[in-house]
Amino acid sequence: MFKLYLTALKGLALKETNRYLRIWIQTLVPPVITTSLYFIIFGNLIGERIGEMEGFSYMEFIVPGLIMMSVITSSYSNVSSSFFSQKFQKNIEELLVAPVPTHIIIWGFVIGGIGRSVLVGILVTMISLFFVPLQVHSWSIVILTFLMTSILFSLAGLLNGIFAKSFDDVSIVPTFVLQPLTYLGGVFFAISMLPPFWQVVSQFNPIVYMISGFRFGILGVIDVPILFSILISITFVIVLYVINWYLIEKGRGLRS
Amino acid sequence: MTYALEIKDLKKVYAGGVEALRGIDLKVEEGDFYALLGPNGAGKSTTIGIVTSLVNKTSGKVNVFGYDMDTQLMQAKLQIGLVPQEFNFSPFETVRQIVLNQAGYYGVSRKEALKRSEKYLKQSDLWEKRNVQAQMLSGGMKRRLMISRALMHEPRLLILDEPTAGVDIELRREMWTFLKELNENGTTIILTTHYLEEAEMLCRNIGIIQKGQLIEDTSMKSLLAKLQYETIILDIDSSGQAPVIKGYTSELMDDGSLSVEVARNQGINEVFNQLTEQGIKVLSMRNKSNRLEELFLKLTEETA
Repeated sequence: MFKLYLTALKGLALKETNRYLRIWIQTLVPPVITTSLYFIIFGNLIGERIGEMEGFSYMEFIVPGLIMMSVITSSYSNVSSSFFSQKFQKNIEELLVAPVPTHIIIWGFVIGGIGRSVLVGILVTMISLFFVPLQVHSWSIVILTFLMTSILFSLAGLLNGIFAKSFDDVSIVPTFVLQPLTYLGGVFFAISMLPPFWQVVSQFNPIVYMISGFRFGILGVIDVPILFSILISITFVIVLYVINWYLIEKGRGLRS
Repeated sequence: MTYALEIKDLKKVYAGGVEALRGIDLKVEEGDFYALLGPNGAGKSTTIGIVTSLVNKTSGKVNVFGYDMDTQLMQAKLQIGLVPQEFNFSPFETVRQIVLNQAGYYGVSRKEALKRSEKYLKQSDLWEKRNVQAQMLSGGMKRRLMISRALMHEPRLLILDEPTAGVDIELRREMWTFLKELNENGTTIILTTHYLEEAEMLCRNIGIIQKGQLIEDTSMKSLLAKLQYETIILDIDSSGQAPVIKGYTSELMDDGSLSVEVARNQGINEVFNQLTEQGIKVLSMRNKSNRLEELFLKLTEETA
């Protein structure tokens, strides 16, 4: 059965990859345009007046945050919209009828989310090279935090897709929850700049840990201890994975 | 004996309290061509939904080729191919992508899947359309695509939920020929349909579901033997007066045709003799409705 499951995983991952590549103009181009604008407006024009932050130019400081922001958005929206579309068009039934275990279904969608966020991450990094030279403090931390973040937000997107009953439900969470948390998660500023009260509040924002960890990997500066940052990400991944597994296994929104 | 499908005391109560299945027992032998009939809402689709893992059962047992769906679900699923009632493929994928994906979900290697996709798409006359997005296909082509998709892992049990709904007569007959061949080559087929003529033409055995219960489970032959009479419509050339046919119940219809009830052992020669004696010419003759349809209506009315 292992070989069968591996073939099924490859099939589902390939299907998911084909999906976002087929609609590349919707999935790959918008984050590149948005982050390019951020680089030009915040990094280049306004950044020059802000000066240094944590010992780096403002442009250098926001690059890791902007890469993470596009990774979070891409992985989340890829899985939430793909899963919901399959539910809406009923072709999720292809998977439910087939001998595909829930773990394979989850990983098939997550691999799709990771793939799209890797592509978007590479494109955004390439754009950043027009403004700042590439520097990496620790490749292992960069890869680890990148993967953990894309897995975590793919799983969060999957959860959204499971509960969603309309296309509105798929767009509400990114607009009203994900975007504010990302902007307040330290993309454009160091958490240490906030007043003490808001620093405490920020500790409840999981995105703070992802951006902080990734920024450490790139620049070597940190808001939160790196080990703590990674532990928080792993905890969220495990919790979301278990919830998704339980809901799909029980057929929440999938089986009557 | 191992059955292709064995259902024991299957019950389903939906969240709103609707009792869709009230304890169904059903056995379909390997190699059978079995028709599952019933009026809308009788429980056919719920039964098929449970067998194909699209609906959670409330209680009961389902075995597919001896594999218990509670404890050997994956092995059981491997045996089944489903052609659902509604189109449920991605409209944006190409015809070939759809069948290849399906093969992958069942563990068929890419190399083998490519071979099979050619075989089944050619068989269903879709090979020329293999690179076309599924949304561009006609209704009939979409139906054939769903059959090709279901065959990609070469299932031992093929379940078709109203496969010819909305399909024109020519295509329907082509599909019948194809399904008959498939069955002759050893695939067990379970079919639900509203076209009772289809069930009569194709199936050896038949089950009728009414209000969540199996009210009939027998061979097509013995079911049709239960017919006590048939109604025949005669287009006659008469003056407009209702002819009297002794020994038969007859009625002159609004369109001038004559409806005659003929009992199983009566024969129809006597009807013609009497009409000839009265100088009435019979222009043509047909059945009032499908034989099975009459029986089906009778059975479902009795249990209503």
